[in-house]
Amino acid sequence: MTSSDTLRFAWRAATAYRLRTGLMVLAMAIGVAAVVVLTALGDGARRYVVGEFSALGSNLVIVLPGRTQTGGVNAGSFITSTPRDLTLEDAAALLRAPQISLIAPLAVGNSEIAHGGRLREAMVVGTTADFIAVRKMGMAQGRFLPAEDLRRASSVAVIGATLRAELFGADSPVGRMVRIGDRRFRVIGVLAPAGQGLGMNSDEQVFVPVAAAQAMFNSNTLFRILAEARSRDRIPAAKTQILEILKTRHDGEEDVTLITQDAVLGTFDRILGALTLSVAGIAAISLCVAGILVMNVMLVAITQRTAEIGLLKALGATDHDIRMSFLAEAALLSLGGAAAGIALGHAGAWGLRLLYPVLPAWPPDWAVAAGIGTALATGLLFGVLPARRAASLDPVQALTRR
Amino acid sequence: MAQIELEGIERVFHLGDTDVHALSHVSLGIEAGEYVAVMGPSGSGKSTLLNLLGLLDRPDSGHYRLEGRDVTTLSPDEQAQIRRERIGFVFQSFHLVPRLSAAENIALPLLLAGVPPRERDDKVRRALSDFGLDSRADHRPDQLSGGQRQRVAIARATIMAPALLLADEPTGNLDRATGRDVTRLLEALNAGGVTLIVVTHDPVMGARARRRLLMADGAIERDVVGSGGAPG
Repeated sequence: MTSSDTLRFAWRAATAYRLRTGLMVLAMAIGVAAVVVLTALGDGARRYVVGEFSALGSNLVIVLPGRTQTGGVNAGSFITSTPRDLTLEDAAALLRAPQISLIAPLAVGNSEIAHGGRLREAMVVGTTADFIAVRKMGMAQGRFLPAEDLRRASSVAVIGATLRAELFGADSPVGRMVRIGDRRFRVIGVLAPAGQGLGMNSDEQVFVPVAAAQAMFNSNTLFRILAEARSRDRIPAAKTQILEILKTRHDGEEDVTLITQDAVLGTFDRILGALTLSVAGIAAISLCVAGILVMNVMLVAITQRTAEIGLLKALGATDHDIRMSFLAEAALLSLGGAAAGIALGHAGAWGLRLLYPVLPAWPPDWAVAAGIGTALATGLLFGVLPARRAASLDPVQALTRR
Repeated sequence: MAQIELEGIERVFHLGDTDVHALSHVSLGIEAGEYVAVMGPSGSGKSTLLNLLGLLDRPDSGHYRLEGRDVTTLSPDEQAQIRRERIGFVFQSFHLVPRLSAAENIALPLLLAGVPPRERDDKVRRALSDFGLDSRADHRPDQLSGGQRQRVAIARATIMAPALLLADEPTGNLDRATGRDVTRLLEALNAGGVTLIVVTHDPVMGARARRRLLMADGAIERDVVGSGGAPG
């Protein structure tokens, strides 16, 4: 018997008993759909969280002066080492690292900002033009600090949304002069409200060129350097390069600490990934149940078709032919169920996306493949026993029974 | 050399504690093209003999040579191949596959033999017209009369051009007139050269055969070669 004939024969058998086949396919479909929808939900949640983190700048590497060590007392602990400060030159040097696309040095201090008789305490952040790109912030009005030499202290400022409201009320601040400490700055832009991030509320900050901030606070050190790696995958490489460059510049001493959001993100990614896998596992149990149903249905089919099996043997079917035709039938039922299940699952995921538009509930490709694979595997696995039983029937007894 | 040679065939069924000798010491030779009726009361072993001749059953001892080849020692797959190519079965209850059309039922042996679809269709079409079933090709068995069903079954049994046609009460489920038609059909096939072995209760049908084997208690009681009523 050729394989195409076996398939066609099995197809005729599967389609001849509509109710049985329909119920069977439905059971398999529910199992596969459960896998698809639940993994869509789990993976959607994972992608949602990762997406939120990315909005904060997930490629960010934060350079802090000083080495924070966790660990016990060792010989090195007794040698006092005063960490070198981070300087503008350090920041400029980091731009040479090939894995780093943007840097934003930060010089931070508190001062008062005044306009038209209103005065307020504010955090002054000295930085560069790339800061807004590194932190993925937006402008509400005007523009951010101009791109210029790090050492140039232009008298321009960008203020946060809260400051704007408190100092200017309903007026447009762009082009107006403010006094920060004892210097006067021209306001060139207002940041869009962003809220809390990295422990600082940018809505209550005023941004000036880094050199201006250093002059204001009479210091030549940096609070931090924000560096952006070219992609998430390149963060480890970027960290190594940053350490190397700073080590060379700091007389071979590794006296900086690097923090990445990626570490936090990675943990979330893993937790939610595991969660997705476990719900997929739970859903796979329903596939197993469907597999047992396939077996039951096939056993019933063999009882119903005992005389037919006897006839096929009398007509010269080998045991192999009979086994294959029943296995093919089980496979067809499972595949039909899997296809219906994928359709059902995608419809379910679509419904989820309609219900929760923020959740990117797309079933991952691996889940769809695993759903089909498991359906087929269980169908075949649970089809083997009935198929063997059919093939081992005694033709004489099979022919006389009906 | 005879087409069928049985030699000291024994077949014992174990029913509980008792052994039932369905066939004992059966030795028999049948030439190619013969028309044999196997007759006898129920339980006399005639169906067992037919199943054995059709390789659906194995003897407990003895030898069965079909066309010079000892078939009792063959593997199940080799026996299946012989059933497929050399033997045709006709049953009392027709044994048509209910979900398949008449044409598809006739095509089953070709399907099992792996004959390509085009050649298969040609053969089935010829068989349908030979057996007067042209207009019934697409009908399922439940849409056919008893006589038509048995004709489909006979067409299926002969589609592979077997050397041996085994019929178990072929007219048992048919009325007298249709039964006569089916008998004539089988006899016409026999006239074409096929060895025909019929198990029957019906003395009228038995009387038409040229050779009658009368069985009792698993043994051949009488082997009568008469003129018979069959044409040709």
